[in-house]
Amino acid sequence: MQVARYRPEDGSEATFQEYEVPCRKEWAVLDGLNYIKDHIDGTLAYRWSCRMGICGSCGMNVNGEPKLTCGTFLSHYGSGPVRVEPLRNFPIVRDLIVDIGDFMRKLASVKPWIVRKTEKPLSEGEYLQTPQEHDEYKQFSMCINCMICYSACPVYGLDPHFIGPAAIALAQRYNLDSRDEGSAERLDILSQHEGIWGCTFVGECTKVCPKNVDPAGAIQRYKLTAAVDLMTSFFMPRGGR
Amino acid sequence: MSAGGTHTHNPRALQPTVSRGWWLERGSYFMFMMRELSCVFVAWFVVYLLLLVRAVGRGEAFYQQFLQRSAEPGIVLLNFISLLFVVYHTVTFFNLVPQVMVVSAGGKRVPGSLIGASHYAAWAVVSAVVAWVLLGG
Repeated sequence: MQVARYRPEDGSEATFQEYEVPCRKEWAVLDGLNYIKDHIDGTLAYRWSCRMGICGSCGMNVNGEPKLTCGTFLSHYGSGPVRVEPLRNFPIVRDLIVDIGDFMRKLASVKPWIVRKTEKPLSEGEYLQTPQEHDEYKQFSMCINCMICYSACPVYGLDPHFIGPAAIALAQRYNLDSRDEGSAERLDILSQHEGIWGCTFVGECTKVCPKNVDPAGAIQRYKLTAAVDLMTSFFMPRGGR
Repeated sequence: MSAGGTHTHNPRALQPTVSRGWWLERGSYFMFMMRELSCVFVAWFVVYLLLLVRAVGRGEAFYQQFLQRSAEPGIVLLNFISLLFVVYHTVTFFNLVPQVMVVSAGGKRVPGSLIGASHYAAWAVVSAVVAWVLLGG
């Protein structure tokens, strides 16, 4: 395996270090990294947690493609070498660890939670939802915040102000939720230039998503919503929103 | 904008860079850029059509002059390249439509493949009508 190394205390640029790792059939790239960490070089730094494609913390570039390393098998690359780099478009803190602060700020800005103008009293019970209403947003709720879509998005790489695919997809997840009443608040944030209009529909976010979420589709649908909202508020200023 | 701004505030972090040739690094990025470039050729066809309308409006002599210019190798080559790009523009547009259009009928969502297929079918019908008119009905 060829693994990217960056140690800020050295004041040097990022380099690659080669390791000999057994290529076992059932091993994912993350297993290879764990083998290096446990048996060869304990100084290697990377993030991981669940090893089952749920936590979204082990996203890295594997042979140039952004992947969840727990779901990408070493055997897929034959006898190697397998080149592992940090996710693109993010600042590298150390080795394979990137700074996710920008994404976390942007995610919070779109209010990815159910917004209610007034909560109904507990005595009235829970907010019921039909299977059809659940299906409306289910796909977008599969997002695990792994940021692989940001790594594949050239728009985010070129313009760090762009809110980005996952944050918009998650905003759409709550907009499409029948229990939510916060779509107007989110639209104010996302209808800015750095929001949905920054997207040029490259579509890579959807192709690389390990959970089959369609952020590109979410963004284009949001553009349609924003355009309709704009026209409605223009022609019906009192009844628009 | 309130959200984000810079990638990081960590001075020791290695800042990401994007090369000028980023769109040559992946086949899909290159095809995306070709899709963006195709807009130029779509615009050229619009201009060409307007020039044709103007030539027809000015009478037989201008129309014949327009046809002569259109037969020049350079214009023929330009129009051939434009045709390729416009077809590519159309195909990519139709392929992306199902991602944008969410249509429900009878409480059920219409499959994206059906929405895409309906666009191709409409394209085929319009093309057949145009061919029928051009070939003299």
